[in-house]
Amino acid sequence: MATALSIHDLKKTYASGVEALKGVDLEVSEGDFFALLGPNGAGKSTTIGIVCGLVNKTAGEVRIFDHDVDQQRELAKSFIGLVPQEFNFNQFEPVEEIVINQAGYYGISRRAVLARVQELLEQLGLWDKRREMARELSGGQKRRLMIARALVHRPRLLILDEPTAGVDIEVRRFMWDYLREINGQGTTIILTTHYLEEAESLCRHIAIIDHGRTIESTAMKDLLLKLHRETFVLDTRERLPCDIAIPGFTARRVDDTTLEVEVERSRSINTMFAELERQGIHVISMRNKSNRLEELFLGIIEAGKA
Amino acid sequence: MNLAQQHAAFMTILRKEILRFMRIWVQTVLPAGIIMTLYFVIFGKLIGSQLADIQGLSYMDYIVPGIIIMAIMNNSYANVVSSFYSAKFQRHVEEMLVSPMPNYLIVAGYVAGGIARGCVVGLVVTAVAMFFTDLQVYDWAVALLVVFLTSLLFALGGFINAVYANSFDDISIVPTFVLTPLTYLGGVFYSIDLLPPFWQNASLGNPILYMVNAFRYGMTGVSDVEPRVAFAIIIGFVVLLYAFAILLLRRGTGIRS
Repeated sequence: MATALSIHDLKKTYASGVEALKGVDLEVSEGDFFALLGPNGAGKSTTIGIVCGLVNKTAGEVRIFDHDVDQQRELAKSFIGLVPQEFNFNQFEPVEEIVINQAGYYGISRRAVLARVQELLEQLGLWDKRREMARELSGGQKRRLMIARALVHRPRLLILDEPTAGVDIEVRRFMWDYLREINGQGTTIILTTHYLEEAESLCRHIAIIDHGRTIESTAMKDLLLKLHRETFVLDTRERLPCDIAIPGFTARRVDDTTLEVEVERSRSINTMFAELERQGIHVISMRNKSNRLEELFLGIIEAGKA
Repeated sequence: MNLAQQHAAFMTILRKEILRFMRIWVQTVLPAGIIMTLYFVIFGKLIGSQLADIQGLSYMDYIVPGIIIMAIMNNSYANVVSSFYSAKFQRHVEEMLVSPMPNYLIVAGYVAGGIARGCVVGLVVTAVAMFFTDLQVYDWAVALLVVFLTSLLFALGGFINAVYANSFDDISIVPTFVLTPLTYLGGVFYSIDLLPPFWQNASLGNPILYMVNAFRYGMTGVSDVEPRVAFAIIIGFVVLLYAFAILLLRRGTGIRS
């Protein structure tokens, strides 16, 4: 399988002297759904900015579908569609014009792109808004407009920098389904997000950047296997005794009918249920205290600080 | 990008720019028409009727070409500086920066938009001038070429100003403190023959003098400077500013961190 994006030893020092990237390495295969994670200020947006030509790199190599962004700039850029973190369209332009103009910048004439624009605006629920000024759209509609704009030239690599930040759950679910669909059609997707549930649900591979370096890059499945411990929240039918204890597990009584239990991966969860049953406590529902990826992510970031 | 793709990209920027200034024509086209009408009434009619002819032309006929070219200069500059700075400010310049469009097409598209506004305003001011005088054109080719080159030069200047600008104040500093004084001292309202020798020589260092006089030559056949020298200077500045604009874009000055 071809490599959609290859980044080697990418470095960036801003004019202020801030060293944003100290050596980022990434490899994203064609067709992948790839999560790029990291805490605020880790260097994710700088990395994306360099890939898309919005930030000048200090050193390192970036190749898009095997085309060097320095040597074959135009060709390399023609493969990319970008959905940035901030709204960056002309607020005083009609929705339809923003998408048509973006196609124009990629060399697609107005006449040739009209059908494609209609298709995208319909898919993203913006066709009725096509003549409205962009500033009149809601936050979720603006996010969808940026997706339509990024896809208008049929990019092979779609990069989304926190595309669901600040949108309601309905729009977020819609966007997840839509992104899964276009990924299924062959578009490689790179996603940065602070919603780790989103990354776990959508992405097959993951890289974690911290302090300007890649500290993890692997398959999502392999990463989740590294999770040694999960914390579950149990709702019980009976009132819990104040001194409740489950041999072999770390349990914490949250309130009369809520219990938090840490379960080591080496232990069977059935043992915990059996012990609770023995104590006359019936579990009526159970959930993860936090997203599995979130626990791992925090662990990796903490380990990096140590 | 192949030629057809480059044409599509160029036309996208040009169309967008023309739609932008025509959509807000009350702010972009009308003011020049009103201000230049006042010039014609106050300087051309009221004061000019009391003045002697200059180089065989009535004062009104003498100042009409200068006022037209002044409007073209101001508007070519203003269009690009405000539009490109606005694109930076709202960050939609990134739409172009992420695309495969070559830098020269970005410059060409914005500059063509500036030329278009300069020409539209020039036509409006010319139409107004026709109410005050019987307008004749001495040499169409010279007049049109000067209009094109001058608006091109000022549009390039506006682009460079916008690249460096960090606030809306920055886009008015150069027009207020540099271009307006140079324009008024550039022979729009007088011939440099009227100045003492020292100031005549000093005026020859003002590039706007050459544009005003080259256009006046095209319209009336009268000029304080040799038209060929004027063309050489204008073209020289065009080449210089274009190369500088491309260099700034390549470096990412003001638009890429």
